[in-house]
Amino acid sequence: MSAPDGDDAVDAPAVERVTGTGVPVRGNDIDTDQIIPSRFLKVLTFEGLGEFAFFDQRYENTGPDADGGETAESPTDHPFNEEGFQDANVLVVNANFGCGSSREHAPQALQRWGIDAVVGESFAEIFAGNCLALGIPTVTAETEEIEALQDHVETHPDTEITVDVADERVSYADREIDAAVDPAQHQSLVAGEWDTTALLGSNPEQVAETAASLPYTDR
Amino acid sequence: MSEGTLYDAVWDRHRVRRLPSGQDQLFVGLHLIHEVTSPQAFGMLEERDLEVAYPERTHATVDHIVPTDDRERPYDDDAAESMMAKLEENVADAGLTFDHPDTGRQGIVHVIGPEQGLTQPGMTVVCGDSHTATHGAFGALAFGIGTSQIRDVFATGTVAMEKQAVRRIEVTGELGDGVTAKDLILTIIGELGTDGGVGYVYEYGGPAVESLSMPGRMTVCNMSIEGGARAGYVNPDETTYEWLSETDAFEASPGKFADRKGYWESIRSGDDATYDDVVTIDAAEIEPTVTWGTTPGQTVGVSEPVPAPETLPSDDRAVAERAQDHMGVEPGEPMAGFPVDVAFLGSCTNARLPDLRAAAEIVEGHEVADDVRGLVVPGSQRVKAAAEREGLDEAFRAAGFEWRGAGCSMCLGMNDDQLEGDEVCASSSNRNFVGRQGSADGRTILMSPEMVAAAAVTGEVTDVRELAAAPEVAR
Repeated sequence: MSAPDGDDAVDAPAVERVTGTGVPVRGNDIDTDQIIPSRFLKVLTFEGLGEFAFFDQRYENTGPDADGGETAESPTDHPFNEEGFQDANVLVVNANFGCGSSREHAPQALQRWGIDAVVGESFAEIFAGNCLALGIPTVTAETEEIEALQDHVETHPDTEITVDVADERVSYADREIDAAVDPAQHQSLVAGEWDTTALLGSNPEQVAETAASLPYTDR
Repeated sequence: MSEGTLYDAVWDRHRVRRLPSGQDQLFVGLHLIHEVTSPQAFGMLEERDLEVAYPERTHATVDHIVPTDDRERPYDDDAAESMMAKLEENVADAGLTFDHPDTGRQGIVHVIGPEQGLTQPGMTVVCGDSHTATHGAFGALAFGIGTSQIRDVFATGTVAMEKQAVRRIEVTGELGDGVTAKDLILTIIGELGTDGGVGYVYEYGGPAVESLSMPGRMTVCNMSIEGGARAGYVNPDETTYEWLSETDAFEASPGKFADRKGYWESIRSGDDATYDDVVTIDAAEIEPTVTWGTTPGQTVGVSEPVPAPETLPSDDRAVAERAQDHMGVEPGEPMAGFPVDVAFLGSCTNARLPDLRAAAEIVEGHEVADDVRGLVVPGSQRVKAAAEREGLDEAFRAAGFEWRGAGCSMCLGMNDDQLEGDEVCASSSNRNFVGRQGSADGRTILMSPEMVAAAAVTGEVTDVRELAAAPEVAR
């Protein structure tokens, strides 16, 4: 554990590895509107978003009801509905996951549902950055490796998976996969420096100098 | 790595220091905020007992949840009202400029910034909104950020970023008649893919880009993120400077304008700039373009056949099958002739004055087809007022469109402007994701404002060039 010092110290523990069971959500180009539909963004805090993760994929009939609540009828076979995955904390996805909007509500909803790490073929940039800001690693691996992991998790939901951020490996059952972690993400997670506010706030004079050097800051 | 590009120049000027992570700390020249992604960031500031470090560089508007019909307070929708009230409270506490609807300056965040001259070449611009790349049209380095990063910018005036590679997208030739900036960007995304731009910033250039107006350039840069690129820009030139000279920022300050112009010229990509990648597109080959699926990369010329999934690269097949199933489109058939229920003219992509003018011209002499709901939502209160001075509101109303107040509206259905059931919407917006326009079964077909107008009057996806050629349109 290492947290910035000072009055605004925030708990940003080092994330060297995440261990737990997995949940596969298959498909390329799963966008932020699928992860959390925009009607759930009409909130002032991120609290309670977990139950709305993948909401429109999890029910055939959804939508606001007359009392300001949500209709949720006819659950689908989405993995987030399945009993065996309810305690999972490692999300396993395919390519370009999280494309679309910059809404941090998307990783917030996943984290509040229980996700601590995402393993996939590739991620949209803003989504991966938003995950990092919450201490959630987004680790990538080859397509075949991801599909094999998804297949395995589907049939063995109780298998323990270790997402090793520090060593860039994902291991499960008797298998070990080479994984890639973006260098800045690697450093920030392993050092426990993923909450950047204190770091960025530690040199206000230097920031003011840069600001003053710009030709447009004189109003 | 790139060298000598605008991106390199702006990055270097704004770089405060290298961080231990290998990222850079970048100073933020303009921080735009709105009601959806900012309240949690204000909440985090309060929890940590921090204040907005650079209030004078921070500018607020309200756009996503604002009603476009009855705008009396309190809003009918309690959630929308509470978001608006929270924004009012937050900006008052922090002492920020707020383009409240009462000011006459309210509008979509990516319309008001350029309109007022807040967005300038060589600036870093951030906003908790993925379409922030719009501001790159001015030669700014502009990108969307998440709420935790909004907190960082509030607290420090800076953001932690990794430098990206630069891809030059050289668009040669000329766009044909009836072919617009929207068709160009839809084509680019279709060719490079929705994740083709991951790790890149896009520099759009070449004769077909240089000949675009500022609104056209904004349309192109706006959708960079739909191609996976977090930022996109066009080098500033006389078209840029002319726009800026007429904004609030410079209208009455020729001296300031002249001073700044020196800086703007200095950050342009040099003739000898090095790019990490260069892609060339021939503008003359581009047709009016529409989407057939549920990602903005699933595009096709309006008269060309929708591709069969088995003809696509293997990675794209499953997504294409799901998309065609959702949309109800047939491979082999063109999108032209596909019936629409709603025509939406609006959004940060295409709701500026020239967009409305061009659509109004198409509509002239026609009426919105029976059973089609037509909605025109100007991008800002100023766009609306300017359009009304030209009588565009009357033209749209006379044809059977609803003429609404400014906001994001049906682009993402966070107010009452939503699709119902499996309605099909001809939309000038930027995302055709499943459920995007407020109904989980709703279907979105992205196209230019002119094409939206054409679809509205015929009741089906229509090649605007054919409509314009029809005898009843007197030009």
